[in-house]
Amino acid sequence: MLQEYIPLAMLIGLVVFTAVAIIGLSHITLPERATPTKKTPYESGMPPLGGTRGRFSVKFYLIAVLFIVFDIETVFMIPWGVSFRQLGLFGLLEMLVFVVILLVGFIYVWKRGALEWN
Amino acid sequence: MIPAYVDLSEASGLLVALLPEVFLTGWVLLLLLVVAWQHRSAEDQQLVGRLSLAGLVVTLALVILYWLRGPEPEGLELMIALDGFRYATAAVFLIGAILAVAISMHYLRRESILVPEYYLLILLATIGMMFMGGGADLVVIFLGLELMSVAVYVLAGINRRSIFAAEAALKYFLLGAFASAFLLYGIALIYGATGTTNLTLVYVQISAMGLQTDVMLIAGIAMLLVGFGFKVAAVPFHMWTPDVYDGAPTPVTAFMAAAVKAAAFAALMRILVQALAPMDSVWTEAVWWLAAITMVVGNVIALAQRRLKRMLAYSSIGHAGYLLVAVTSGTDLGTAALLYYVLVYTLMTVGAFAILTVVGRGGERDTRIDDFNGLGSRRPWLAFAMTVFMLSLLGFPGTAGFIGKWYILSAAVQADQFKLAVVLVGASILSAGYYLPVIMAMYMKDPVSDTAHVETRAVGAVRWVIGVTAMLLLLFGVWPNAVLDLAKEEGRQLRPAVLVTVSR
Repeated sequence: MLQEYIPLAMLIGLVVFTAVAIIGLSHITLPERATPTKKTPYESGMPPLGGTRGRFSVKFYLIAVLFIVFDIETVFMIPWGVSFRQLGLFGLLEMLVFVVILLVGFIYVWKRGALEWN
Repeated sequence: MIPAYVDLSEASGLLVALLPEVFLTGWVLLLLLVVAWQHRSAEDQQLVGRLSLAGLVVTLALVILYWLRGPEPEGLELMIALDGFRYATAAVFLIGAILAVAISMHYLRRESILVPEYYLLILLATIGMMFMGGGADLVVIFLGLELMSVAVYVLAGINRRSIFAAEAALKYFLLGAFASAFLLYGIALIYGATGTTNLTLVYVQISAMGLQTDVMLIAGIAMLLVGFGFKVAAVPFHMWTPDVYDGAPTPVTAFMAAAVKAAAFAALMRILVQALAPMDSVWTEAVWWLAAITMVVGNVIALAQRRLKRMLAYSSIGHAGYLLVAVTSGTDLGTAALLYYVLVYTLMTVGAFAILTVVGRGGERDTRIDDFNGLGSRRPWLAFAMTVFMLSLLGFPGTAGFIGKWYILSAAVQADQFKLAVVLVGASILSAGYYLPVIMAMYMKDPVSDTAHVETRAVGAVRWVIGVTAMLLLLFGVWPNAVLDLAKEEGRQLRPAVLVTVSR
């Protein structure tokens, strides 16, 4: 039974080896010349804007949570769409129930003003 | 109208079997639309409260209809059970929810909490509970538990102005999520050992595959017990209880102490009896110790409390211990005792918290037992009702609490657990040390000032809740036969389906 997992173990080993090898090799071969630019978290990215523990408006979290709900809807919809023919009428009704429940939630969220920024 | 048999492997059969739950869910969706337009004034909130009450009453009627002449399963009980235990527990949760909504109506207005979603969350939590008491599959029970828990986390923190409510909600959320993880891991391990999550099939597989000493299964049961230990607030998993019960708005505390705890016990009892009966040598010992420690610790710490809300929180821990004694026995009588005690416990706990909402103010955290001084002379009926609740919680003869406790005792004795029975009696005697001072304060001490208790007035639905619960407790105390017979009959139904079929 355990032999079935050998390819998985090999994959894990390969991944770990590659990661260690890349970081290790560059660590050994590259000369270290520390400049202020090199020490920033993203050397060729945006300059950082202050500390990571800053506070954000709670509205961001609300939007994020609402996004998850509709994101998950898509996660359910795609496999449903792929196997729509096999599921038939039953599948259609099930999805309708799901969408109606979600729709009620959406109307509620909209009317309650959770989508407005102010 | 209702078919005599339903096939639970078909969607239409499931729909028939789940009619009460489906109705309540549809009602919540409708109310959500009502709230979307009507959420600005206290009157809107009152309207949502009344509609919620109506929905709960109709669901209770549906549950009772199913109870009387519900469909029988054709073949295996997949996903949802169709037995008396489901209907009996669902009725208890609905009664708890109805009482909680009734005491909330005036309370929310008085404490100026304007969140009409409050009632929807109670309804959603109740749906979750109904799935916990009725699930025939570990996954359904877990989903019910999550639906209930998430709704109650929000309810605990519904008063956004109170930092104690925020603390309660956060604490409850973090520890509750932790407990859910334990429970889910336990379910995963049980699935890993038996290859199924259906309660009846788990039972069959344990016997068929000879898993009585399987380490994975035993580890799964241990995880399951830890998860449920958190949810029912059994010592040593009780640390969150006092702060959460203390910080939440009092009607929510009543709902948590009564219905949420009852739901966790219903699910635990069903899993242990229906799926894990062949493993009773493993879990009986563990639950035995949980019960003994919970009874002693809960009651001893309650003795030291001066504030009523916290005292009731610790008392509810002690009562979880009594209910665990009924679980430990694992017999039909134990199930019957659990059912009866859960009903009685719901009535007396909600009653006691209802009085607390009347006497206290501003979240009731600071209402001390001394604040009840002289209530007997100023508000005799209220004091009388409080006396009934305290005596019933204590288990005094003549109240329903006595019958319930006596029944749990006889279940323990019948299962040859004499030591546990002795601990139960000892813990009950100890509990007199904190229930009786409340009665003494009301009748034997003078009011603190001339203006004391002027504001103490039971208004509207609260008056009905207090009156009805107190009267029912007295009624079940002197004439318990009808409810007891019902509990006995449903207790017999909670067996592995295989055995039920054999005994028919």
